[in-house]
Amino acid sequence: MGKVMLEVKDLKTKYVTRFHEDVYAVDGVSLKVEEGKSLGIAGESGCGKSTLALSLMGYYFAPLHYISGDIIVDGQTISNMKPDDVRRKILGNEIAYIPQAAMNALNPTQKIIRFIEDVIHAHGIKMTKKEIYDMARERFAELGLPEEVLEKHAVELSGGMKQRTVIAISTILSPKVLIADEPSSALDVTSQKMVIRMMRQLMEKGYIKSMIFITHELPLLYNVTDDIAVMYAGQFVELGTAKEMVFDPVHPYAKGLMGSIIVPEEGMKAHELTALRGTPPNLKNPPKGCRFAPRCPYAVPTCTAMAPDEKEFENGRCYRCLMSVRKLREVYANGNESKPEPETEFD
Amino acid sequence: MATNQNQSPKQNSTEPKPCLSGRGLTKVFGVGKVQTVAVDHVDFDFNEGEIISIVGESGSGKTTLSKMLLGLISTTEGTIEYQGKPRDISTNAKKKEYWKNIQPIFQDPFSSYNIFYKIDAVLDDCLNMRGFKNLPEEQKIQMKTEACSFVNLKYAELTNKYPFELSGGQMQRLMIARIFLLKPKILMADEPTSMIDACSRATILDMLLKLRDEINMTIIFITHDIGLAYYISDKVYIMEHGKFVESGSAEDVIINPQADYTKRLISDVPKIYEKWDLDTVAN
Repeated sequence: MGKVMLEVKDLKTKYVTRFHEDVYAVDGVSLKVEEGKSLGIAGESGCGKSTLALSLMGYYFAPLHYISGDIIVDGQTISNMKPDDVRRKILGNEIAYIPQAAMNALNPTQKIIRFIEDVIHAHGIKMTKKEIYDMARERFAELGLPEEVLEKHAVELSGGMKQRTVIAISTILSPKVLIADEPSSALDVTSQKMVIRMMRQLMEKGYIKSMIFITHELPLLYNVTDDIAVMYAGQFVELGTAKEMVFDPVHPYAKGLMGSIIVPEEGMKAHELTALRGTPPNLKNPPKGCRFAPRCPYAVPTCTAMAPDEKEFENGRCYRCLMSVRKLREVYANGNESKPEPETEFD
Repeated sequence: MATNQNQSPKQNSTEPKPCLSGRGLTKVFGVGKVQTVAVDHVDFDFNEGEIISIVGESGSGKTTLSKMLLGLISTTEGTIEYQGKPRDISTNAKKKEYWKNIQPIFQDPFSSYNIFYKIDAVLDDCLNMRGFKNLPEEQKIQMKTEACSFVNLKYAELTNKYPFELSGGQMQRLMIARIFLLKPKILMADEPTSMIDACSRATILDMLLKLRDEINMTIIFITHDIGLAYYISDKVYIMEHGKFVESGSAEDVIINPQADYTKRLISDVPKIYEKWDLDTVAN
């Protein structure tokens, strides 16, 4: 087992709306990422993926509030630190975060090199402009970005190039954990591939020690990350290695999600495309019992009454369902017979 | 649930009938020295009841071609034939007549609706367009209910809502309900799934397949994701810099690609059954 870079224990965070309602977007998430490993988080819109990414930074600002749980980065607990300390010491140094529309964050009036100088000065590192330029040039060359980019303005770069530049800037201090929230979903397939290749280079060359990758594109996760966690309504419903999760999902939601994979390969023929009905629950008042029960094709009356806990099975895989793994696999093997007809419904 | 996409629709053994064809179709933007050739002398025959995908990167001219076919922009050169006759949209009345037969679904459902119209009005508009304005109210409601249930929406819960109160996937489904009411001969779907979740995507694709199977609609599906094209279409046209570089049945083009561009497009999409080669990246 490698050194644990990021450990999260039972993290709970909430949004407080302007009507003082609580929305429990992350509700008891635990995870562990070792050195040199990456974890992918999958789930549909509104399941709390992005909130989890924000929460993992340990830097909370309204409307997001911290409730309980620990975030430990390389042995250092950051969840009880003051926001200003987190910003100065943790962000950028230990954790880098790339939001969904990262490329829009570049100020159009500044050259790219200015952003890098900014990052370095904001963390109190004493370096001359020349030293920073040399360092940046070296890092850019390592990552396959042309040196000219440093002297350009954001508007002169294409979407894919902007995104790669942002990733290079945010990892310039070699953080231990990189949290990437849909870094490639606004790009076309070719630029996406280049972004992914760059993230892999970052890992291989040791500029980042571990990575959390969030997206709803499952084939992408399968190729990028070692492990995949499937998130539903603020909780992880299943966690396992990428291969296990794609080819042998256990939880009915994970199963449904994997059924939505579309790839241009001959293997697609054997693959039945399934569509999940309904929408994720409102997290203001999540359903009692299993949160997936209202949409689950295999739900029994107990499911709506009793909330399942996260259980471990087969070397480190976890799932959250009342049914046993053996039973679930049996149900899947029997195929469509046990599946109730989808009803017409509003959502 | 998924139907087998590779079995052709209710097609008789007779020759497939071309529904929309183009000869030497060209669109040039700009004047004088600064000219961009967006679509460059393309020829095609889209047959009735087929799902045709046009695949290409951003900037390859897919959307320009679709706008020309819809009659939203003029063509620079070339002819478009609709059901064997040259298309005539020279007057507004003729344009309206043509739009009864060809309807679009756009990429961004959030900006496709008039924000001042309630959903009921959106659906009423479709009925009016088909000349059902004077039908009794009950019959209209029945038709609207049928259209909504086709896309798994409940009409009764929608009537008093505005489109922006729905989620992206629901809005895109409502768009398909509109198409179901209008029953055009051709549906132009321009990246209908790129703004929505991977999970809702399967639902939208299944509904498009259902439209084809039930109404024998010709669907032109524009996408940059070759995986989607493979799943949904009968025929695939690969577009690069305004030209079709390869075309044929989905099976032929995607499993045995000939053109380098097609090979590159396929290699750029993440795979799960084979290894995804990250090293070959075109700059």
